[in-house]
Amino acid sequence: MHELPVTENILKVVLRHAEEAKAGKVVRVSLRIGELSDIIEEWLQRYFDYLSKGTLAEGAVLQVERTPVIFRCEDCGESFPVKVREVHDIACPSCGGGKATFVSGREFFIKNIEVI
Amino acid sequence: MADIRLIEIKEEIFADNDKLAGEIRERLREKEVFMLNLMASPGGGKTSLIVQTLRGMKDHFRTAVIEGDIDSIVDAEKVAEEGIPAVQLRTGGACHLDAVMVNMALQEMNFDDLDLIIIENIGNLVCPAEFDTGAVRNVMILSVPEGDDKPLKYPLMFTVCDAIVVNKVDYLAIADFDMAALKQRVLKLNPKIKIFEVSCKTGEGIPAWIKWLRNEITAFKKSA
Ligand SMILES: Nc1nc2c(ncn2[C@@H]2O[C@H](COP(=O)(O)OP(=O)(O)O)[C@@H](O)[C@H]2O)c(=O)[nH]1
Ligand SMILES: [Mg+2]
Ligand SMILES: [Zn+2]
Repeated sequence: MHELPVTENILKVVLRHAEEAKAGKVVRVSLRIGELSDIIEEWLQRYFDYLSKGTLAEGAVLQVERTPVIFRCEDCGESFPVKVREVHDIACPSCGGGKATFVSGREFFIKNIEVI
Repeated sequence: MADIRLIEIKEEIFADNDKLAGEIRERLREKEVFMLNLMASPGGGKTSLIVQTLRGMKDHFRTAVIEGDIDSIVDAEKVAEEGIPAVQLRTGGACHLDAVMVNMALQEMNFDDLDLIIIENIGNLVCPAEFDTGAVRNVMILSVPEGDDKPLKYPLMFTVCDAIVVNKVDYLAIADFDMAALKQRVLKLNPKIKIFEVSCKTGEGIPAWIKWLRNEITAFKKSA
């Protein structure tokens, strides 16, 4: 829902790094976004295409890696992925334990860019 | 063909917001001002809970409210009726409050005269969860008519909140709402979360909520 301000941030960071590297053009931007985020990737690209017109990043492809939501079992310590939007119950695949704590799935960062 | 170079970035997309939120929290800590970020769907009961909370708190803590919700002119008036200062944020159709907006509101407040600031965030369960406002505690209101399956639809919100207030329990008798299932789902996502069952209409459950909040504020002031 807030893809626009998010995309503005991405573009700002991308351009800063591209300029520092004296790049001629940005061709790819790799992002890592956790499954817990409700960001819609398609809109990121649309806004990016719009906002980047006339900049070094015009035409760059956004590549999004969605990282799974990870919980850790409080009984045996095993970490495991959970489809939080589908499952009603969270059970450890290793020991069957039902007590698990949230570890990760909220990532939201720019990994790297490819420039020429 | 020109060579493609890979430039490592590894920067958080919300780094600027998170940094400012951290600075806000630091300033609040220095001045021993507790800030509560209240989030819910439109109509979930944010303004109603704020009014109930002010009635239970204002004799003990000097309080101010940041109004960010869409129909917030009305909301700010309701808060003002309680004799509490409210700073109105003009958010112009934004879907969440971020640290920059909260910081603007804070500039109109004197921290030396305050113990508690309550933020009424914009009515939305998706976006506010993603933006740190600088608050010390995050609380979500879930109202009974919205259903017990919200944790499945908005899991992020449940992982960032310290407490859930299930509001409008006066509807429980006529609603198809499974409180036990809700609690189970919420606690799976966040075992440390506190869950309160209240009705802002009848006042049921409000004292337990107020008691928790007062304890949180007292503990915060001691540790600050
Ligand atoms: N029946 C009932 N209605 C409530 C309760 N809490 C709030 N309301 C009503 O729900 C509507 C929305 O409440 P409001 O506090 O303005 O929600 P907000 O949009 O989240 O600020 C109002 O008409 C309130 O009177 C409650 O506990 N029970
Ligand atoms: Mg309101
Ligand atoms: Zn286990």
